[in-house]
Amino acid sequence: MRKFSLGRFVLPAYSAVALVFLLIPIVYTIVFSFNDSTRSNTVWEGFTFKHWLNVCARQDVCDAVSNSILIGVISTIFATILGTALAIALVRYSFTARSMVSLSLFLPMATPEVVLGAGLAGLFFNAGVGAGMVTIIIAHVMFCLSFVVVTVKARVQTLDPTLEEAGADLYANPAHVFTKITLPLLMPGIISAALLSFALSFDDFIITYFNSGSVTTFPKYIYVAASRGVPAEANVIASAVFLLAIVIVLATQIRGALKRAKLAKG
Amino acid sequence: MAFAAFGSASPTKDSGNKRKGGPIVLALLLPGLIYLALFFMTPLVNLVVTSLESPDPTGAIGAYFYDFNIGNYATVVSSYMPQILRSFGYAFAATLFALAISYPVAYYIGVKLRSRPLLQRLMLTLVIAPFFISFLLRTIAWKQLLSDNSGFVSLLHATGILGQTQFFIGSDAAVIFGLTYNFIPFMTLPLFTNLERLDVRLLEAASDLYASPRKVFSRVTLPLSMPGIISGTLLTFIPIAGDYVNASRDFLGSSKTSMIGTMVEADYLQNWNYPSASAMSVLLMGVILVLVTAYVRRSGTEDLL
Repeated sequence: MRKFSLGRFVLPAYSAVALVFLLIPIVYTIVFSFNDSTRSNTVWEGFTFKHWLNVCARQDVCDAVSNSILIGVISTIFATILGTALAIALVRYSFTARSMVSLSLFLPMATPEVVLGAGLAGLFFNAGVGAGMVTIIIAHVMFCLSFVVVTVKARVQTLDPTLEEAGADLYANPAHVFTKITLPLLMPGIISAALLSFALSFDDFIITYFNSGSVTTFPKYIYVAASRGVPAEANVIASAVFLLAIVIVLATQIRGALKRAKLAKG
Repeated sequence: MAFAAFGSASPTKDSGNKRKGGPIVLALLLPGLIYLALFFMTPLVNLVVTSLESPDPTGAIGAYFYDFNIGNYATVVSSYMPQILRSFGYAFAATLFALAISYPVAYYIGVKLRSRPLLQRLMLTLVIAPFFISFLLRTIAWKQLLSDNSGFVSLLHATGILGQTQFFIGSDAAVIFGLTYNFIPFMTLPLFTNLERLDVRLLEAASDLYASPRKVFSRVTLPLSMPGIISGTLLTFIPIAGDYVNASRDFLGSSKTSMIGTMVEADYLQNWNYPSASAMSVLLMGVILVLVTAYVRRSGTEDLL
């Protein structure tokens, strides 16, 4: 009977505790976005909406966030285009040096950020390129690329090649097959890849820090402010981003689960 | 592999009929590969070159010339030994804790919740939820929750685990705690993608053949989930070994918890000692390449991504 009690009580309880553990700092961050604090946001001083209603009371926070959004959007566009092409090639075509390509896409994910950051900074330094927006974006496209490939690849693998063949049989030219069949079918994968890429870019600190020069991104702002206390406005931004992201993810996950349940019932 | 869980579809086997690549495949591959060659490979080569430089004879700060100065490596190893040992020690401990916490969770979500897809997806979303809120703010949240005047530290004082003059933040334990916390999702996701595909009929077969639950786990479940364990371990150990934010004195560490990354940052951005920072980076990268090679030997490259 031990097996059953393990499955029925211990495992769910353990998982629930682990998930609560994961969520504690998230709840803390959100709660402290409502803290009626003036400077350092370390002690609870009462509930207020004031930081939510006037985020840009701290102009430096707002500037850092707009930099981060701009960098995130541009890097995501480039990483998604390059990564989607790579994913299609990897799943659909056979070519020599496949395993070399796989390895060179895996390695950036397996390289510590501090090595990527210092390496790129050295390259830009030797090439005489001043650190700033452009160098941050170049760096972000580089480390987001592999994650896009992984995510889109999973989607390409589920795609039925006969649909594209049918399109070609019906006299659609290759460009037409791609835009009318392949791309729409890949869209869910491309969208999750883009969201992941944006999230990675938006939250990146170490690589950015090495290649940012005088540009401040949101994580860099927090890192620098950490020694003297992070203002509640930063919590507001982080909480808002979190709530938005979680709504998007929950919606897609629930949709997926319902679809599967429907299919299972047939 | 690891992040397939982010996708809306679960990965399946490659479709067998692959087309021979012609110019199309080059057009698809080249832009991305050229990008990686320029901004991933070249920087690594550049790091190796910089790590062999010597200070400029004029004594100008931050000026160096190529000298094949292998001695830089001896210098960083001898002067940064504590940081090197700490980085790998922390990474080892935190990876082990993350595995111990993640495996049961991934098993529960991936195997036990199969019959309840909605709950499964909800729990999975909670696992990846930390990705959507600033990693730095989460770490600061722990710093404040476990600060010197928190209930947690009072409890440690009352129970005598910590002496009255000792505190949690700034200790090795605090850094390992933070690293474990921050990298749990990187362990749980690959484990989940693996266990989600675990064939439960094999477990039933084993117990039909009178294997005890413990035996079923150690002889069937564990070996089958090895690929997930290996990629989770790799994806956790590597970033932890290179991290220095948790160990920073403004976060969970102190001057006594500095890691390899701390030294690379200080040497690169503050001391302008590029050869030293590069030699440390190359050493770190070397250890990681050994780990990845061992992984590829075992599992092949097809499963890497």
